[in-house]
Amino acid sequence: MTTLKALANLIQTKRLGCEELIRYVLAGIASKNNDTNAFIESFNDQAISIAKQQDKAIANGETLPPFAGIPMAIKDNMCLEGEHVSCASKMLQNYRSPYTATAVLNAMGHGFVPVGRTNMDEFAMGSSNEHSFYGPVSNPWNLDAVSGGSSGGSAAAVASGLVPFSLGSDTGGSIRQPASFCGVVGLKPTYGRVSRYGLVAFASSLDQIGPFTQSVEDAAYALEAICGFDPNDSTSNAQPLGPVSSELNLESFKGKRIGVPNELMSDHIAPDVKQAIQAVLDQMAALGAHVELFDFPILDESLATYYIIAPAEASSNLSRFDGVRYGHRNTNAATLKQMIQTSRDEGFGDEVKRRIILGTYVLSSGYYDAYYGKAQQMRSVVTDTYTNAFSAYDLICTPTAPTTAFKKGAHLNDPMSMYLSDIATIPVNLAGLPALSLPCGLDANGMPIGFQMIAPWFQERELMRAAHLVESAIQFKPKHQLNIEGALNAV
Amino acid sequence: MQFEPVIGLEIHAQLNTKSKLFCTASTEFGQLPNTNVSPVSLGLPGALPVLNKEAVQLAIMAGIALDCEIQERSIWARKNYFYADLPKGYQISQFEHPICLGGRVHLIDLNKTVRITRIHMEEDAGKLNHQGADGIAGATSSAADLNRAGVPLIEIVSEPDIRTAQEARAYMEKVHQILTFIGVCDGDLEKGSFRCDANISVRPVGESAFGTRTEVKNLNSFRSIERAVEFEINRQISVISSGGAIVQQTMNFDDTSGETTPLRSKENAHDYRYFPDPDLQPLIVTASTIAAIKSSMPELPDAIQERYSTILALPAHDIKVYLQNRPLFDLFEASCAHLKKATPKDLSKWVVGDLNALIKESNTPITQAPQVFAELVDRCSANDVSTKMVKDLLPVLVKGTPLDDAIKAMGGGQISDQTELTTMVDAVLNEHPDVVEKIKNGKTNSANFLMGQIMKKTQGRANPDAVLALILDACKPQ
Repeated sequence: MTTLKALANLIQTKRLGCEELIRYVLAGIASKNNDTNAFIESFNDQAISIAKQQDKAIANGETLPPFAGIPMAIKDNMCLEGEHVSCASKMLQNYRSPYTATAVLNAMGHGFVPVGRTNMDEFAMGSSNEHSFYGPVSNPWNLDAVSGGSSGGSAAAVASGLVPFSLGSDTGGSIRQPASFCGVVGLKPTYGRVSRYGLVAFASSLDQIGPFTQSVEDAAYALEAICGFDPNDSTSNAQPLGPVSSELNLESFKGKRIGVPNELMSDHIAPDVKQAIQAVLDQMAALGAHVELFDFPILDESLATYYIIAPAEASSNLSRFDGVRYGHRNTNAATLKQMIQTSRDEGFGDEVKRRIILGTYVLSSGYYDAYYGKAQQMRSVVTDTYTNAFSAYDLICTPTAPTTAFKKGAHLNDPMSMYLSDIATIPVNLAGLPALSLPCGLDANGMPIGFQMIAPWFQERELMRAAHLVESAIQFKPKHQLNIEGALNAV
Repeated sequence: MQFEPVIGLEIHAQLNTKSKLFCTASTEFGQLPNTNVSPVSLGLPGALPVLNKEAVQLAIMAGIALDCEIQERSIWARKNYFYADLPKGYQISQFEHPICLGGRVHLIDLNKTVRITRIHMEEDAGKLNHQGADGIAGATSSAADLNRAGVPLIEIVSEPDIRTAQEARAYMEKVHQILTFIGVCDGDLEKGSFRCDANISVRPVGESAFGTRTEVKNLNSFRSIERAVEFEINRQISVISSGGAIVQQTMNFDDTSGETTPLRSKENAHDYRYFPDPDLQPLIVTASTIAAIKSSMPELPDAIQERYSTILALPAHDIKVYLQNRPLFDLFEASCAHLKKATPKDLSKWVVGDLNALIKESNTPITQAPQVFAELVDRCSANDVSTKMVKDLLPVLVKGTPLDDAIKAMGGGQISDQTELTTMVDAVLNEHPDVVEKIKNGKTNSANFLMGQIMKKTQGRANPDAVLALILDACKPQ
C-alpha cells in the first residue's frame, strides 16, 4: 500500500488522529531538518490547528475529505494565508501572504495539511538548490551532494521521509531534476492543468506546479487533489483529467510505441545513467513496447531558447519587488530611484540578478527581434517537433538529467555547466507537455537515477498508467520513507 | 518664415466599469486610500490578472463610435518601467496588436476630419500624494494610493492631422462628447476620467517632413489643451526663428503660468521593453460579437444633431443641451415618441427649460413616466391647460403624481367656456372701475392687472387668451 493510502486508512479508521500524525511529522522535521536543510520553516500553529479541527469533525461523525490529516510540504514560492512566502530570497524574508494559492487550497480541500515551506533556489532560479538565501539543501542519499533544484527542498523532504508528499514548481525541470537526484517521483503536469494563482511567478509561460511523492500512485492522488480549472488563472485549462488513481493498472505495453531521442542517449549522458535508462527501456520492450530511437535535433536550441524566454519573463515578473509596498527596502536611499536600486541590489542574490540582467537585455529595444522574437519562433519549432514525434510515439522517454546528483560547489562558478543539467527537461516546458521522473536505479556511487517519461498534452492519465507499470517492473527501493509504525508507536 | 503646426493627440479615457480591468476591486472614485484594492491591483506575489469583459465591450463601443476597425485578435503586452505608483513594475497595455485600428472624428463646425490611428486598452497606474512639495522632487515623503491602479483605460491616438490649438480643443471636446454620450466614459475631467497628451511640432509651410516634436503631458481640461498647444507652438516657432533647434522631449504644462516646461529629454526616455503578457491569452472578439455590439449601439451625436435639426426642427441650443446630457436626451426621446398634437419643439422647450432645472434642483432621477410629459404638452397645445398651468404642474409631476390627479388638485383643467369667463370678467371689472377707466383711456397694459386677478381667482386655470380678449372687448373706448 502506498504511503498516502496507508496514512489515509489509519486516519479514516481512527487508528491515528490527525493531530497525532501532524505532531509526529512536525517533530520529525524539527529533529531531522538539519541533515538536509529541506525546510525553511514549519507551520506548527496553523498545521496543528487545522488537524485539531479535522479531529473534531471526525469526533462529530462528519465525513472528512479522503486525505484529512495527511501532511504535505509546499515549496516556498506558494502562498498560504498568514504564512511567510519568501522564495528563499532575502527580498521576501519577512513577507506574509494574505491569501492562499489555488493549488494549495485545492489540496487542503482534499484534507491535506500544509506543515511547512521547503527550501529552493532563490525565485526558483537554479538547478542545485545552492542559490538559496537559507543555504543549500543536501541530498538525503549523500549529504555532500546537491538535492537538485530548484525544488530541492520539496524533493529532499519526501526523499528523507519527513513528509509523504510535497509540492514543487517546474519551469525548466525544477521538479523532475531534483526528483531524479533524490530518488523520488516528480510530476510536471501539462501547462494549464494546475492553477498558477498564488505561485510566485518565475517565468509565467513555463511555470507549472506538481507533486513529489514516493510512488506513482501517490503522485496520482496528489495530482487529482491539486488540479482543476481556476477562473483566477487566465492560462488555466478546463480539460478534464479523468480518473487516474483508480485506473492506474495497465497490464502490458503491447502495441505501445516508445520514442527515445538519440541525442539524449549520446555522450551528453553519463555512462551509468545511460546504462540504467537502457535497462528500463529493455524492460518496457519485454513488456511488449515497441522502443525506437529517433532524432530530436533541437536540444541545444531549446536550451538557448529557454535561457532567453525564461529570463525575459522573469525580469518583468520580478519588477514588482521594488521595496515600495512590501519586501526588502533600503531605508537610507535619498531618492525613489536609489531606493528601488539599492533595495533590489541588496534583496536579490547573484543568480537572480544574472537572469534579470539577461532578461532585460533580450527585451531591450534593438535586441528584441534578434533574441526574444527568435526565441518565440524557436519555441514553436520545439512544439512542432514534439507534435510530429507524438504522431509516431505514444510516449517519449529520456534520462531526466544527464548525470546523478553532483557534489555541492561543483558547478557553482560555471553557470553554463549548471544550465546543461536541465537539457532533457527544458524542451518539455517549452512545449508545455506533461512529464514525470521516476527513480529507476543507482549509479556506481549509490546515487539515484531518474527516468523521464513525456506524454502528449493533457494525457497525464496515460503517462501515469505507463509510469505505474514501469515502476512495478523496476521495484526501486527508496532510501527513507515516512515511518508509519513510528507514528503509531508515538501515540 | 511662415510655420505650420502639426499636432497629434493621445486621449486617455477611463472606461465606465464597476470593477478594474484585471481584478474585481471597485473603481469607485473618492474612497479612502488603498481600499479599492486586491492582491492583483496591489501587485502581490503570485497574483494573476483576469480580464474584465465589460471593459472590452466598452472599448469596442468606443471604437465603433469613432469609426474604427475592431480587431478580432488583440494582444496584451507588458510595458515595463519602475515607479512608486506602478505596483507590478509594468503596466498591462496593448502594443503591437491593439483592439482598434483606423477611425475618424468629424469636426462639423470646423469642417475638419481628424483621423484616428488606433485605440488600445490598458490599466491605469496609482496616484502619489506628496508631502511638502508638489512633485516627488523636494517632497519630504510620498504616499502611494493604489485605488486607481488597474482602472481600465482606452488610449485614443490620433494621426498628426490637427493644425491649430482650436482644432485640438474641438477634437478633444468632440471625442469627449461621443464617449460620454454613449456611456463608455463618465467624462469627468476633474476626476481624471478623461485626459490628454499632445504631440506638437512645427514646420515651414510647404515642407512635408515633420519637425522635431515635443510631447506635452497631462492636459486635463479643454481650456488647458488650447492654451498648452498655443503656447508650445509659439515657443517652438520662436526657438526656430531665433536660430535654435527643438529638442525632442517630454514637457509639462503649468496651468497657473500657462507655460510648458521640460520634464525629461529623449536620452532619458524609457525603454519600455514591451513583450506579450504571458499571464493573459490573446483577446479574441468574434465577428458576431462585434456585429451584436454594433447593432445595439445607441444613436451617435452627429446623427442626432442631424435628425434633431432637420427633422424635429429643434433649436441649436436645445440640441447642444441634449448632447451634453444623456439622461435628459433619453427623457426627451421617450416623451417625444408619445406626442400626438404638440410639436417636438413645443415639448423640447419644456424639457430643456423647466424640467432640466427641476432635475438639477432635486438632483434625483425622474420617476414619472415620460409619456406624461408628452400628454401635458399635448393638452397645452389643445388649450386644455395653460402654459401657466404647465409651469405649475411640472414640479408636481416630476414627483410621480399622475397627471389627472395633479390637474384635479389645481381645481380642474383650463376654463375656456365663454359664459363662465364672461361672468368672471364682469365681476372683476365691477370691482376695479379705476383700472377699467385707464384701459379705456388707452393704457391697455393695465389689462394685465385684471388678468392677474382672474388668474388668482381661478388658480391660473382661466384661458389667458380668451380672458384678455373679453377684457379688451369690455373696455373698448366708447
